[in-house]
Amino acid sequence: MLEIKNLSVEFHTDGGVVHAVRHVDLTMGEGEIRGLVGESGSGKSVTAMTILGLLGTRRARISSGQILVNGRNLLELSPAELAKVRGRQLGLVSQNALSALDPSFTIGSQLMEVIMWHRKLSRSEARKEALEALRTVSMPDPEHKLRAYQHQLSGGQRQRVVIAMALAARPQILLADEPTTALDATVQKQILDLLLQINQEFGTAILMVTHDFGVVAHMCHTVTVMRRGEVLEEGTAKHVLESPTHPYTQALIAAVPRLHAHDQAAAVPRAERRLHVFQEAAL
Amino acid sequence: MNTVVEVSSTPGQVSVDPRFGASSRKAKAGRRPSRLILGLRAFGRDKMAVAAAAVLIIVVAAAALAPVLSPYDPVVGDSARRLEGIGSEGHPLGLDGQGRDILSRLIWGARYSLTVAIVPVLAVLPIALLIGLFAGYVQGRVGGVLMRVLDVLFAFPLVLLAIALAAVLGAGLGNVMLAIGISLVPYMARVAYTSTVQESSREYVEAARAGGARTGEILLKELLPNVVSPLLVYATTLCGLMVVLAAGLSFLGVGIVPPTPDWGIMTADGSSVLLEGRAHVATIPGLAILVVALAFNLLGDGLRDALDPRKQTT
Amino acid sequence: MIAMIGRRVMSTLMVLFGVSLVIFLLLQLVPGDPARTILGAGATEDAVAAVRAELGLDQPLPVQFLGYLQGLITGDLGRSLTINQPVTEIIIPRFQNTMVLSAAALVICVVVGIPLGILAARRQYGIFDRIAMFTSLAGASVPVYWLGLMLIGVFALNLGWFPTSGMSNPRNPEGGFGDLLSHLVLPAFAAALVPLAVIARMTRSVMVDTMEQDYIRTLRAAGVPERSIIWKHCLRNAMPPIVTVVGLQIGYLLGGVIFVEVVFSWPGLGYQLYTAITQNDMPLVQAGVLFIALVFVLVNLLADTTVGLLDPRTRRKVTA
Repeated sequence: MLEIKNLSVEFHTDGGVVHAVRHVDLTMGEGEIRGLVGESGSGKSVTAMTILGLLGTRRARISSGQILVNGRNLLELSPAELAKVRGRQLGLVSQNALSALDPSFTIGSQLMEVIMWHRKLSRSEARKEALEALRTVSMPDPEHKLRAYQHQLSGGQRQRVVIAMALAARPQILLADEPTTALDATVQKQILDLLLQINQEFGTAILMVTHDFGVVAHMCHTVTVMRRGEVLEEGTAKHVLESPTHPYTQALIAAVPRLHAHDQAAAVPRAERRLHVFQEAAL
Repeated sequence: MNTVVEVSSTPGQVSVDPRFGASSRKAKAGRRPSRLILGLRAFGRDKMAVAAAAVLIIVVAAAALAPVLSPYDPVVGDSARRLEGIGSEGHPLGLDGQGRDILSRLIWGARYSLTVAIVPVLAVLPIALLIGLFAGYVQGRVGGVLMRVLDVLFAFPLVLLAIALAAVLGAGLGNVMLAIGISLVPYMARVAYTSTVQESSREYVEAARAGGARTGEILLKELLPNVVSPLLVYATTLCGLMVVLAAGLSFLGVGIVPPTPDWGIMTADGSSVLLEGRAHVATIPGLAILVVALAFNLLGDGLRDALDPRKQTT
Repeated sequence: MIAMIGRRVMSTLMVLFGVSLVIFLLLQLVPGDPARTILGAGATEDAVAAVRAELGLDQPLPVQFLGYLQGLITGDLGRSLTINQPVTEIIIPRFQNTMVLSAAALVICVVVGIPLGILAARRQYGIFDRIAMFTSLAGASVPVYWLGLMLIGVFALNLGWFPTSGMSNPRNPEGGFGDLLSHLVLPAFAAALVPLAVIARMTRSVMVDTMEQDYIRTLRAAGVPERSIIWKHCLRNAMPPIVTVVGLQIGYLLGGVIFVEVVFSWPGLGYQLYTAITQNDMPLVQAGVLFIALVFVLVNLLADTTVGLLDPRTRRKVTA
């Protein structure tokens, strides 16, 4: 479904060329939750943004590779075509939940705009859909929230709205770029569980960009570890967590607080089971 | 790899002393060059800014060498040949309404036009810095009163204030510079004030304060270097604006007095013969003002980019 | 919101008090004796003393200032020294003419400057952006008085499209709107150029900043079309600083308009101010400066209030 082949991204800086992503291969199947793990600077976020075509700097250059979504190479699309892929096939949940919503428009108006654009609905229909979307992400008091501005919501509620927006056009793949970093610890788990629930309910595949193997253990089926723009190792989450081959991966896993150890053991098999179900469904 | 910047991380999220970029944390590929060198390098790559600097150097050199360079006396004219146009014999830029050589007046004029514009900016710079740092960091009652006084001065558009002051003080080189200088104080002080307030809330200042640094130390060591940069950039741009304004005051007759060859006076001279169909007398000095002002603006832009650590590294 | 406007009005009143003080003090700097200016050089000491007493100039400064303030509040700004009329009566019709010119220039600034900035920001560092930004930097460096002369030379003298000066045709003073318009074109463009250039540059830079915000990326990632991203979301969020800049540029406009009025002999406040300065008519200068400052302060109050209204939180601090 999503297939990245030999992707390389360079940044042209005054100090020379920086190879942020080097010859990265990555595949994702239906309903798969893949962790993309690495420290900051490892190229994981750059990879995610490249998929969306949102690198957003003229110094960035994609020097090689293909990004195939359902067989179509995104790198060859026109900006208008790419805009249609965004939202309909790919969704983004970004890391800065606190600043990820337009402060000048109400939650409802933003959700409705996305819904109306993709699904060609009337205002009143879009309004119903927006309400439904907020219910899907378990937003408390959704009718009232439609008329609220982002500054009237808590961080966790804002991230729920972001997720609702990303899901508005029912994309097959959700790119979650460290979706919980800006949030309080208690809210983090709620958001991760919401993503899991969405994965189960709609079969949405999720590319989970994170530096935290605790997150991987909690929800990912498969994992790709990156360092300095390169893929170090990949495999099922269970396999990588239990027997990491690379010392760097071992260090990252060791960095997860012991508290999670219990979760790890419990979570892996569950994730495995789910993946199995989805892969069968995809056949 | 020390220069990789995560695309998704917003700048300013990590609060590092902006004098050192975010990437100064542990450079692997050898020592990072000093800030000055980086700044110069960034400046050197900006072709527009380099060209602007070259233009300004040429103008300043011409002004300095006016006695040597100018082919004729700038105030004595040959009335028989008055208003001859561009390219006339012996006078490449023609002659004005009193038969004076325009090229010579232009070269001599650079002296006055630049002096009147730049001296006030340079003189006000330390004053503005002092006011800004004091009102911005120390604050207190005195700082508050200072800012209220500046608020009042802000009610006057810069050009109006300068014209009114120049009118009240009377024409003449010194008075014009005084008028421009006074008009500049609120504007330059506000820039210093704003960046002081901004920088004061940064973590490196808090760290210094928590580390027991005294107010004076924080002002001098931490704030001053970071407040000076934006002020210098602003001052450079102001120099351009002031060349236009100072010449404008002379144009209105409240600035430098004729027959001193000032660009504004030359433009005014030209306006009286424009109706006779002789446009070159007014056109040439105005173009000189435009070119110098534009050069200062480009230089200011270039300096701003060069002093911005984010643009130095990424 | 109402509390915020109330605070702003209070501080505006304080500023206006300061402004009148500054203008009053400015007059004290003038060398020479107004009484002597009125009477001329040949007057006797007794006559000068009598006029001084009549004008209240023999009183101590604070008393004089109070008298001046009282006059301000009642609309009495004194009499002109050169035209035998109350200053207010001279100024108000001139002021209206200045407003016509400034309003026309402002419309040009906003209608051209803001879209120019947006289009440049849309393709940052593209060809259009580079050309537009260099041109506007050059535009911001143009001496207004010179631009006025050049416009007269080309469009009035050479091409004969527009009149060289004034506000109406002297042979047909009731020429109507079309006549006013043809007199207005050149001075309005001259007055507009510099603020237009500054507004375009500021709009671009604010738009570029806004386009880099996280919420814009969220909308892009959700597939919202570029048209809506730029003209709806970016513009709406960039509006507060743009309004602030436009407010400040009106100040520049009000200053620059003095040059324009002198060059085009536009019968406005700036031209009046200029003649008053050359004739050393200080009460008139004083009143002219006061009027322009008053307008500028009110415009900024309006801009600040607008910025406040634009912000859904209505409490955001505005740093200009």
